[in-house]
Amino acid sequence: MTTQAETHSQIVTEVSGLKVNALQDGSGPNLVVLHHSTGPGWIPFYDLLAANHTVTAIDMPGYGQSERPAWARHPRDIAIMLHSAIHKMGIDSDAHLLGMGFGGWVAAELASMHLHGLDSLTLVGAAGVQPEEGEIADVIFYEFEEYVKLGFSSDEAYAEVFGDEAAPELKELWDFSREMTARLTWKPWMFNRQLPHLLSEVETPTLLLWGENDRVVPIGVAEVYDANLPNSRIQVLEGLGHLVELENPQATADAVTSFIGSL
Amino acid sequence: MFVGYFTERPYQDFESGWVGATGREIEDLGMTNGDYDPRIGAELYNRYLDEKVYAEEMGFDGLMLNEHHSTPFCMGGVMNVEAAILARITKRAKIVLLGNVLPIWEDPLWLAEELAEIDMISRGRLVTGWVRGTGRESVAHNSQSPFNWERFQEAHDFVVKAWSTPGPFRWEGEHYQYRYVNPWARPYQEPHPQIWIPGVMSRNTVKWCAEHRYPYVMLATEIEPTKKSFEYYDEVAQENGYEASTEHHGYLFKVHVDETEELAEEAGRKYISGPANPFLEGNQGTVRSNLQNLPGLTSRTQLLPTVTTFAAAARGRQAARDAALAEKEAEQDKRDADAFGTYEEQVNKYSIITGTPKTVIPKIRHVLEELRPGNIFFWDGDGAMNHEDAMRSLRLFGEEVIPAVREMGKELDLKGAFEVDTQTGAPLSGD
Repeated sequence: MTTQAETHSQIVTEVSGLKVNALQDGSGPNLVVLHHSTGPGWIPFYDLLAANHTVTAIDMPGYGQSERPAWARHPRDIAIMLHSAIHKMGIDSDAHLLGMGFGGWVAAELASMHLHGLDSLTLVGAAGVQPEEGEIADVIFYEFEEYVKLGFSSDEAYAEVFGDEAAPELKELWDFSREMTARLTWKPWMFNRQLPHLLSEVETPTLLLWGENDRVVPIGVAEVYDANLPNSRIQVLEGLGHLVELENPQATADAVTSFIGSL
Repeated sequence: MFVGYFTERPYQDFESGWVGATGREIEDLGMTNGDYDPRIGAELYNRYLDEKVYAEEMGFDGLMLNEHHSTPFCMGGVMNVEAAILARITKRAKIVLLGNVLPIWEDPLWLAEELAEIDMISRGRLVTGWVRGTGRESVAHNSQSPFNWERFQEAHDFVVKAWSTPGPFRWEGEHYQYRYVNPWARPYQEPHPQIWIPGVMSRNTVKWCAEHRYPYVMLATEIEPTKKSFEYYDEVAQENGYEASTEHHGYLFKVHVDETEELAEEAGRKYISGPANPFLEGNQGTVRSNLQNLPGLTSRTQLLPTVTTFAAAARGRQAARDAALAEKEAEQDKRDADAFGTYEEQVNKYSIITGTPKTVIPKIRHVLEELRPGNIFFWDGDGAMNHEDAMRSLRLFGEEVIPAVREMGKELDLKGAFEVDTQTGAPLSGD
């Protein structure tokens, strides 16, 4: 799922005594990206974004190559750590923030802290708030490969990216990642009842980018974000599932680039 | 030697076809309780309590209960209620709870109070036991799986303190917090009831148990792995400066006794057939591996060892497909084999012992000689066995098997946890 690490520069910083790892590539305004609950990895989508931005893909603390904050109990703990990490990495001015799925939730928490240099926020199929209808899918009831499959609009779309069955390294990454996720969210599953109230103060221009057939995070979540954020809009990518950036990297990158360009 | 009686109290519905080896596909946490009939439940709860009372009359030292949630194979979701009733309606036998699922308790002070009440009502006959539970239990009571082991240990420390340290005191733990711990109920036994830990193969738990000098009860595991667990317990004991002995070792195994060999086989086969426990070995229930292997229930390393690469992932695809195919074939082979051989296999490897007293007694002796447990439980009346099957067996246990087993216990010097203090090694005078 990732390309060779050596083609990108690696940035390692320390927050609360723990190593935080990131990969960086491209040039232009800073674009910080936060990965899904299934874990980090440099994906073709990032290469497309890197054509116009300096993309920094951070392994959120406890995921991938970033050390586990054993004391962390909430995505907000991770957001606070990332607040420091972004500052220490020097990518916090004129910066754009993009979070996908669970990483979208963390990005929304981060935005609620009013980062001075944050120019835009993009939430892609983000968890974090409770939809009025439907529920965010519960990973506990799925074999984790089935859960990733659920992230695509169809099994065929999954097979195009991962083959019929994902490689053992990827399964290991997913298994490892879901443990960290289960340390950070459990009751309630995948949302924060306080967050909508805090979002009303977030003036940052926000794009809510959703796959039309998202089976993991229902579009109702985007609607709640949209109702609470003062400066947001929803864009739906036709025919795609939850993992829009894997299913159609070009369409997803185009939407992001065009949103950031319009500001 | 301590001799206990156990049945898992399966929900037996002869009509639904949902439960047991009835041909319907059965998946763990995949059955709706819309199919649950409380009238059947009422009959079964009362039947199982009656059988426990009779087991006491027949001379068993202990009446063991267990706890599972959201599953038809064990009706003891709230086994403390059953224990409380037994505390009142039995007179002599220990009430052995193996065990309460500690990590799923949000309020372990409540557990400390319940168990203290049971100990008092029974006038000191409670043996308490605690488990981490399977994934099923964590899902059913929505307990955060990555903290299961931490919560187990903290709840244990807390309950023991609540029982043995005069209150009030304050508890500000990682997972449990109380501003006022001063329960108006204390255990009858001083300083508290014996704590026994049931389990299967978890090294973590065996180690922790040996460090605390608690008896470890292996739950119907095969003979060789059981031996290995006891050996590991003994090693940890030595590292902690004491010699573990028979009183530290417990073993639960399936034994059914009957009037004739024909009846014995008929009943023995019911362990794994009919409208009963769908998850007994050889039965038709499918355990969902993702529910049993919840995130972090067994902790992974704290850092992912390698950066995965897209190229490696691509290379791995064909290999992964091949591996998956081979795995599926192996699973099918196992299912095919199970369909024809499981009962006989289980009989051959002593996983099921059934027969008349004459044939059962030497087999029990074999198990006792191999494992040398000081505390044993006979697991009977399970699967599709009905009340009559259970009662015939209990009578024969009382008349012939238990007296013979007691003689073996003396001859093999298998002292139980009520003959030798597991904490000090000193002889105990009580029963």
